[in-house]
Amino acid sequence: MYKYIIRRILIFIPMLFALTIIVFGLAQLAPGDALTGVSLSDPNIDPEVYEMQREAYGLNDPIPVQYFRWISSVAQGDLGNSLVFNGRSVSELIESRLANTIYLGLFSLAITIIVAIPIGIYSARRPYSLLDYGATGFGFLGLAIPNFFFGLIAIYVLSIKLGWFPAQGTLTTPGVTGLAAILDRIHHMILPGITLGLAGTATYMRYMRSEVLDVLGSDYIRTARAKGLSESTILYKHTLRNALIPIITLMGFEIGVLLSGAVITEQVFQYPGLGTLFLSSVTNRDYPVVMAIAMILGILILVGNLLADIFYSIIDPRIRYD
Amino acid sequence: MKNGPVLEVNQLKTYFYLRDNKVAKAVDNISFSILPGETVAIVGESGSGKSITALSIMRLINKPGRIVDGEILLDKEEIHRFSPKQMMKIRGNDIAMIFQEPMTSLNPVFTIGNQIIEILRKHKKMSKGDASNRAIQLLKMVGIPRAEEVMKEYPHQLSGGMRQRIMIAMAISCDPKLLIADEPTTALDVTIQAQILDLMVEMKERFQMAVLLITHDIGIVSEYADHVLVMYGGQIVEQASAKELLQNTKHPYTKGLLESLPNIDDDVERLGTIKGTVPSASDFPTGCRFSSRCPNVMEKCTQSNPDLMEIEKDHFVRCYLYEGGIKNDNEYV
Repeated sequence: MYKYIIRRILIFIPMLFALTIIVFGLAQLAPGDALTGVSLSDPNIDPEVYEMQREAYGLNDPIPVQYFRWISSVAQGDLGNSLVFNGRSVSELIESRLANTIYLGLFSLAITIIVAIPIGIYSARRPYSLLDYGATGFGFLGLAIPNFFFGLIAIYVLSIKLGWFPAQGTLTTPGVTGLAAILDRIHHMILPGITLGLAGTATYMRYMRSEVLDVLGSDYIRTARAKGLSESTILYKHTLRNALIPIITLMGFEIGVLLSGAVITEQVFQYPGLGTLFLSSVTNRDYPVVMAIAMILGILILVGNLLADIFYSIIDPRIRYD
Repeated sequence: MKNGPVLEVNQLKTYFYLRDNKVAKAVDNISFSILPGETVAIVGESGSGKSITALSIMRLINKPGRIVDGEILLDKEEIHRFSPKQMMKIRGNDIAMIFQEPMTSLNPVFTIGNQIIEILRKHKKMSKGDASNRAIQLLKMVGIPRAEEVMKEYPHQLSGGMRQRIMIAMAISCDPKLLIADEPTTALDVTIQAQILDLMVEMKERFQMAVLLITHDIGIVSEYADHVLVMYGGQIVEQASAKELLQNTKHPYTKGLLESLPNIDDDVERLGTIKGTVPSASDFPTGCRFSSRCPNVMEKCTQSNPDLMEIEKDHFVRCYLYEGGIKNDNEYV
């Protein structure tokens, strides 16, 4: 078991290395750089000045040289400086944004789990009931509506018309502390959280329903019934653990889905997370920031898969690697 | 020892209500009883209703199926009237059941120990330690080597034969009055089959249980059963003691089953078969349900279904061939 986890973490290293090459390569392949974004569209700037700037930033060096310069500073924890935000360090730019995105992702994941799993179980226990049909309908709707569109409707109805939730940002008044600040933060996360988690909730509800139905029809549940166990023991002990095995695996991928979904959702709600920063950096061709965010998202996805594998081996004794 | 039967089933009917108002009469008017220490076998092909009979006794019929009519008496208690809660105390405790597929009948995510301890704690209210000791004892009783280690192992680490032994250990754990074994050896290697059946006999004698053995293999009947019910299309077509049934076979269906068995003394090119397949329970032929496959079919057979008649003492047959008594048996002229 521990051996497996250690081995799994060691595989991480070449994967990370590959990730850096891909991220750097993609940034190189993209047309233009931070200077062309603004400067070339401005005819008042002398092309010679532009060329001097390129030289100063080292953008004229051969690509391998640039790569090794980048990777050696990244390895030391220095993500470089933004080319746009007056040369502020990338780490500084990302720090608060990363926390916001992680909060939003976890909040959204929590909503997904809290809503999808109980409804999925209920649907499986009472298939073709009113609630099951309702959940199925909601499931299709949730999958069919694009995130940004649902977000816009939510803002229009729940925020502008009804005024229940703030439409954007993370905090109403800066400077509040303690519980009030946490509650205010959660209040701000409800709409983006639901929007981000909508498709996931719909998907997991369906998965949970079919998994529980499947397990309830299995031979070992018949054995459990023949043993005279109560329905709640059968459901919560014998069924749930088996039904959750595939769900846990999918949850690992869900982290990646949430992070990529966050780019759009954050934009809709003007939520100051990595997603909004990523989009603006792409538009500004601020590649140090883009590369850093891509690296962080890549690492988070790898970590998500690692966690899924570890949970998987804990919950399913057949998959204990040693 | 009590004198009355352990289990008495009277006119049991279990129907499945399908779409388009179709009704599948999976079990249609079955009556039999099992005395203490007796083994009764139900024999029939897949789809003949034998497993549904067993699940009806356990009251484990799921929708769209339902016990429509009939009585199920366990030690004279009318368990067909019991509430689901009362049934929970009966299942696993007074009536235990083992199934056909040992590979999938144990929960893959819990240890063997956990699954045996669970039933002891539920019905016998044992402490964890006592239940654990008892579970080890039971495992040793059913011939599991290194019982202490197996307690901590998971089902996938054990072979099919071992798992079926564990199912038996679990079944006998609460000292049941009746053990229902639904094709307990069908999924096992031939060499293991006899071991498992012998183990069941040993446990039956040790715990003084009554056994309901469900099988499609009429070959094991002579050795392990006292009394046999042959089922076809949800009904009993022949019923007698095991000896009588094998020596004095009457119903064409039972004969067909016996002819399909290999016999070491006969030198035949091909084994006998029964042509066709069991008709669907929602689509029985009018008249005798076996008429569509019967080699001795008469015109009468396609018009009405014969009753189960006692043609000799304790030998019942549902067939028009024997309507005028035993002398009409043209097979033995």
